[in-house]
Order: sequence, then C-alpha cells, then structure tokens
Amino acid sequence: MSADAAAPGGNGRGAGGPGAGGLAGPGPGWSMALREFRFWLTDYRRTWRGSIYSGVLNPVLFLGALGLGLGSLVNHHGSARLGGVSYLVFLAPGLLAATAMQTAMGESTFPVFGSVKWNKTYQAAVASPLRPRDVFHGHLLFVTFRLTMNCTLFLAVAAILGGIRSGWALLALPVAVLTGLAFATPLEAWAVTRSRETSFSLIFRFGMIPLFLFSGIFYPVGQLPAWLQPVAYATPLWHGVALCRDLTLGSAQPGSALLHVAYLAAVAVAGLAAGQRSYRRRLYV
Amino acid sequence: MLGSSVPDHALIRARGLVKRFGEFTAVDGIDFELGRGEAFGFLGPNGAGKSSTMRMIGCVSPPTAGELTILGMDPVADGSAIRARLGVVPQEDTLDVELTVRENLLVYGRYFGLARSVIAERAARLLEFVQLSERATDQVEPLSGGLKRRLTIARSLINDPEILLLDEPTTGLDPQARHAVWDRLFRLKQQGVTLVLTTHYMDEAEQLCDRLVVMDAGKIAAEGSPRTLIERYSTPEVLELRFDPDEHEQAAEKLADVPAQRQEVLADRVLLYVTDGDAALATVRGLGLQPRTSLVRRSTLEDVFLRLTGRRLED
Amino acid sequence: MSSTREAVSVRELPLRVVPVAALTRPWRNLGGRNSLYLVQRHARAYRHMWLVLLSGLGEPVFYLFSLGVGLGQLVGTVTGPAGTQVSYAQFVAPALLATSSMTGAMYDSTFNVFFRLKYAKLYDAVLSTPLRSGDVALGEITWALIRGALYAVAFLAVVVAMELARSPWAALALPAAVLTGFAFAAVGMAATTYMRSWQDFEFVTLVSMPLFLFSTTFYPLTVYPRALQVVVECTPLYQSVVLMRGFVLGVVGPGLLWHAAYLAVMGAAGLLVAGRRVSRLLLK
Repeated sequence: MSADAAAPGGNGRGAGGPGAGGLAGPGPGWSMALREFRFWLTDYRRTWRGSIYSGVLNPVLFLGALGLGLGSLVNHHGSARLGGVSYLVFLAPGLLAATAMQTAMGESTFPVFGSVKWNKTYQAAVASPLRPRDVFHGHLLFVTFRLTMNCTLFLAVAAILGGIRSGWALLALPVAVLTGLAFATPLEAWAVTRSRETSFSLIFRFGMIPLFLFSGIFYPVGQLPAWLQPVAYATPLWHGVALCRDLTLGSAQPGSALLHVAYLAAVAVAGLAAGQRSYRRRLYV
Repeated sequence: MLGSSVPDHALIRARGLVKRFGEFTAVDGIDFELGRGEAFGFLGPNGAGKSSTMRMIGCVSPPTAGELTILGMDPVADGSAIRARLGVVPQEDTLDVELTVRENLLVYGRYFGLARSVIAERAARLLEFVQLSERATDQVEPLSGGLKRRLTIARSLINDPEILLLDEPTTGLDPQARHAVWDRLFRLKQQGVTLVLTTHYMDEAEQLCDRLVVMDAGKIAAEGSPRTLIERYSTPEVLELRFDPDEHEQAAEKLADVPAQRQEVLADRVLLYVTDGDAALATVRGLGLQPRTSLVRRSTLEDVFLRLTGRRLED
Repeated sequence: MSSTREAVSVRELPLRVVPVAALTRPWRNLGGRNSLYLVQRHARAYRHMWLVLLSGLGEPVFYLFSLGVGLGQLVGTVTGPAGTQVSYAQFVAPALLATSSMTGAMYDSTFNVFFRLKYAKLYDAVLSTPLRSGDVALGEITWALIRGALYAVAFLAVVVAMELARSPWAALALPAAVLTGFAFAAVGMAATTYMRSWQDFEFVTLVSMPLFLFSTTFYPLTVYPRALQVVVECTPLYQSVVLMRGFVLGVVGPGLLWHAAYLAVMGAAGLLVAGRRVSRLLLK
C-alpha cells in the first residue's frame, strides 16, 4: 500500500499502459479499481497532513476528556457495571469503532457526491476504460486505506494512554476496518444517487449521532430502556463495538466473535452489491 | 445654484475616473457622461476595465481617484440610496439557487424594501416579460444559461430602476438565447429605460447602443455612435482575403500595390479597407494573386477596434 | 437626512471628491434595519429545507437522553454550582444547551456563510441592492440567533418535561442561549471572512471540538488540576456553561454578569470585524 502511495503523480486513471485492457475490454476485476484507487491517493496528497493531525488529535481529545475526565467520576462511583474495568479501558474500544464509522461516513458521502456533482471526476473516469464498478471499488479501496490509517492512529493513542489491556487488540484493527466498510458500502451506494447535499446532514444528524450515542460506546447497552435495547443490538455499530471491546479486553469468545464478523460482513457485501448497481445506473446514463 | 454646471440630462458623470488594485491600474482616468433614456455601451476586450467601471457605477467598488456622480449622488457616501434606483445584471449570474424562480424575484424585491403586494404584481409581470411564467415554481439550478440570464434581467427590473447596468449580458449564451435577450433589452430601450452595458461583441454593441466608448487597457480610445465611429475610423467596405499559409506573407507584400486606405495583415487573413470592395478584388486578381477565399463586407466596430488598438476584440 | 438626499437627487448637485475614509469608519459597517430582509430570505429558503432545520433540534436531545439517562446510572450524583448535589442529567442538560447554542451558531456562521460568500455569490447579489455590508453581517448573525433561539426553546421544553430544571430562573437560559449564539456567530463569521478554502474549516473543528469536550460539559471543573482550571475558566464556552447551569439549577448571583459580559464583548468585537471584512472582500 505504501508503494502505491508513493506512485508518481498525475491522474492515476490514465488511458492505461500495456495490459490495461483498452479495446480488448477491461482487465481482471480489481486491477482496474487500482487505477481509481491511485487517483484518490494522488488527490489525498493535498490533504494528508491535516488528516494525520486530526487522526491523532481526535482520540487524544475524546479519550482525555471522556476516558480520563468523565472517567474519574465513573470510577469514583464504582465500575461494577462495566465489568470491573476502568472507564478509559471500557470506552477506548467503543470509540475505536466509532472512529471507523465516522471516517467511513465522512469519506463515503461528500467525496462521492462531489465526484458526481461538483468535480465530475467520476464522469471523467468512466469516459476511460474504467467501468462504474471499478470507480466504486477504487474508492472503497481508498476508504479502506483511510480506515486503516485512522484506526491504527487511534489504537496507538489508546495504548499510550493506557486504554488497551490485551495483545488481542491487534485484531481489533481489522474488525474496526470491517465495521467502517459496513457503513461505507451502503452509504456510497446511496450517496452516488443523490442530487442535493442536504440529504447528508440528515444522515449525520439522524443516523450517525444516534448510533454514536446509543450503541454501547459510553455504557453497556443494558443501561438503555428495555424497548431501545433490541434496536441497539440490530445496528452494525454495536457489533463493531462489542467485538472490538472483547478483543481489547482479551475476553473474546470464538462463537460470538464469528457472529459479529458475519453480521458486519453481510452488511458490507449487501452494500457492495447495491453500489455496483447504483454506480452503473448513475454513471451510464 | 451649483447644479447649473451639470447638464440636466446627465444621469452618470465621470471625470478622470481611476481604479487601481494594488499596483494594477484597471481603469486609467476615463471621462464619460450619459443622459436619461440613452443606451450606452462600453466596448472592449477582456481586461479593458469595463467590469471595473461597471462595479464603480454599481456602487460596489469605491473609485481610487477621480470623480463620479450617479443620479447626482456620490457612490461612496450614498451608495445605498443610489443602488435603490439601479438595476444590475452582473457578469456572472448571482441567482439564489436555494429559491425557486419566482421566489428569486420576491426575495430580491424585499431587499429594496418594496411592499409584498407591489413585488408580487411586478414579479408576475416581469416573468411574463422574460417568458418564464411557466417556470415560476421551478428550482433555479437546472435552468439553462439563457433562461438564467433572462431571470437575472427580470430580477434587475424588480425595483423599476432608472438605470439598468448590464455587464456582458450575453457572454456564454448560444445564438438563439442571445437573440432572446437582445429582444428583451430592445423592448426596455423602447420603454425609455436607460441602459448601460459592457460587451466584447461588436454585433451586440451595434444592435443595442445609441452611443458607446471603445475601451482598451483602462482608457477610452474613442467615443460616438456605432455609425459615426465606423465612419470616422473605417471605410465603407472591407475586403477579406485568405491565402494558403505558405503564400500568406508574399501575397501580403504584393497587396501593398492595391490602392486601399489601409491594410491589416492578421495571422490568417489580410484585410483591405476600401470604398468599393468588388473593385479592389478585381485589382487583386489583376495582380495575379489567387486568394483561396475572398469576402466583401461592410465595416463593423471590430474594424474600428482594430484600427484604434491594433488588436482584435474577441481574442 | 432622507429629505436632504431627495433634494440632492432632484437638484443633481455636482460631484464631490470621493471620501474613501467613509468606508473604513467602523460604525458605517454596523448593519441596520435592512438586515431583516436577509433574515426573511433565509426564512424563505429554509421552507425548502425544513427537515434540515428540524434536524438541528435532535442532536442535543439525543445527547441528553444518552448521556444524562444512560450514563447517569454509572456516574450517580455530581457536585453542581455552589456545592449542590445534582443528578448527572441535571448536570449535563444545561451544558448541552450551551454547547448546542455554540455549535449551531458556528455552523450557520461558518459553513453556510462561506458557501454563500464564495459559491452561491449571495452577498454579491445582496450588495447590488440598498443593503450594505454591515447589513449582511448583522442579517447573518440575526438569523443564527433566531434559529438558535428556536432550538433553545425546544430544548428547554424537553428539560422542563424531564423535570431537570430546578428553578424558574431556568427561563433565563433562553436569553443566555441567544447571547451564546451571538458571541459565537459573530466570531465565526469574522473568522469565515479569512477562510480561503474548505480545508481551512479544519480550524473550526480544531477550536470547537476541544471547547465542546473540555468546558466542564461532562464533569465539574474540580476534575482538572488547578493550572488547567485557570485555562478552562478563560475559554468562551465555559462562560456559557456556567451561565446555563446557574439558571437551570437555580444558583443565581451577580457573579453571572461577568460571564454574560464576556460573551457580549466577544460578540460585539466579532460583529465589528465581520462587517469590515465583508466590505473589504466584496466592495473591492
């Protein structure tokens, strides 16, 4: 991945060199998507510095204010409801999954919408040998890259602050990335069809904020009113939070872990199928 | 008593008007005056200082030096009062894309403090005037460039302005849309609205302006009606000759022998300014020259501009 | 004044040398009555986006339910102003009103204003009418306040319905919310006039996020070491949180006036800068 990041500049989509397919038809599935991915990486070189700062600063601020500050009140009152761990240790994996969700939502809404509506780079891409699905997959690769980056930074900060208790936490990284993808694929599938950007503020306010607040990040879902608990268990974010927490605490069980992964993967694959369809409909008109 | 020094008809008056942006001088000491009911144009290429002049008249750009009065007032001190009596069609449409076609007029009218009933009545009439009544409840964004332009014109008329400022009213429009806009502006002129417009299209200037100034590099190069400018700075007819690229230079030298008032050698053509184009063409053929194409036409403002500045308008 | 103007226009007096200084006199840039027409424009535009308008209301309520109710059981009681013991929901509710007043005002005056300034060219259109740059600044800020006041009323209703308000003084949380909105909208708008691209909005998050988290929103000041307490006490959102908590929990004293004065001065300064900057940007 780092080799790709260092790839020479210019529009990574170019008409393609040898083996690019050309008139003979598109090359094998993901090699075309890689070109779109390189385009996004090139684009990202303008802003990567700022994103590193926020990738570090956000966990520092949230874990500091809530994990340590608010945590001092929670720990003082007794942490029996948290399974006996300090609030920071309880909160860190939850915020890791939330970081994945936020990154995915940020990268899958406005950038996708803007590529169709404002910059028209998607239209430019499908005028080359790339197909709509390659454009879609290429951007998903980029989202995966951004998810990996932000989640790694988060885990590092959490570990430094003392919020990680087990080596299993390394496995929380792919789980967090998968959680992000479970949001990214359906959102991209939907975002590409939008004609006005106001839809996104609604998704952020009525989707992201409630998920962030009610998916067991700040306290166990058991604290919620009984009628709300099944709703929480049905959301992909809760599955991400639960499995990340099991891993960073070192208490994961194979059965439940498999269930969480299967659920997240199912959502991501469903979004992938929907996106392949909606990208084609939007870009081949 | 001081008013006696200004002619009664002067709606706008500029003396030694200058606009600088840092080191760059956009408008370099220009004088002009215009009266009620006139259609007055600033003709010049991009960067001649036309838009800067328009923005100063529109009271959204304080002059750097010189004097400017609009409707007898000072644009800096009384900008708000002057703008209340102006209509402005800016170079780029500034329509409100969060509102519908009709709402654009309603909201804009409120900025002038007009009563809602007055605005509603005028909005209906103006939409009719620019032929947008059927689109009244549509969103603005999907409208074509020509329709947006017409809506901008309707909007600029909502306050029943005494002077209408149009900055390149038809730039970027297709020919059909341009004619539709010209037609509306011509009607306004018939109704006695004072028009001030900038353009780099000579046909637009010829169609709409009673009087115009030719601007180049921030200065006024000439002033007059389109007809007098052509009479003064050009000949009745122009002979345009095109040669094969490799013969172009030689042919141009030989053409010096043709009796013409003036000759312009452009990159792709040679222009001969003459009284009788057909006679000149016969002379050219008599010299043994074989132009690939030839065209005899009347002189236009383009020729005036070429004569005055040595450059073409639309390049 | 207006009669003089009439006379001038009729008589068509000769020109004067342009007093450029007139544009730089600060009071000329404080808007007036005409700014209301811009407010009316926004009210009309939001008829097409009422759901967006409504959605702003949800956020603080979600926070209140989630943190106040769910987290409250983990926290127990908290020491409020003047040593009173209050439930966690009671502690957090007024602070959430303060933070949502800030974020709402910031959102309106930064993202929305930047869009109107650079992309929609709304102000170019507005300034070709009798409105002045000061009217634009005042109009935008007034709109942010009206919107903020609507949210504050709704949120306060929720707070009262959940029996979290402990005194009739809570009614004063509404003007406090408007004052908070004024301070942040004015400074936000002034800051926006310096923005070059969307990338610069990272700074808005960079400022508002720590304020949101650290202005004793979620826990009392005593959690911090003394040095950090002093820093927090100097920040703007903290003033608002103290005001709100005082009013909603009924712990009111003349000391609150200082916090109100802080916000008022901040807003006035922002308004002045914003008006000047708008004219510098648009009246070139």
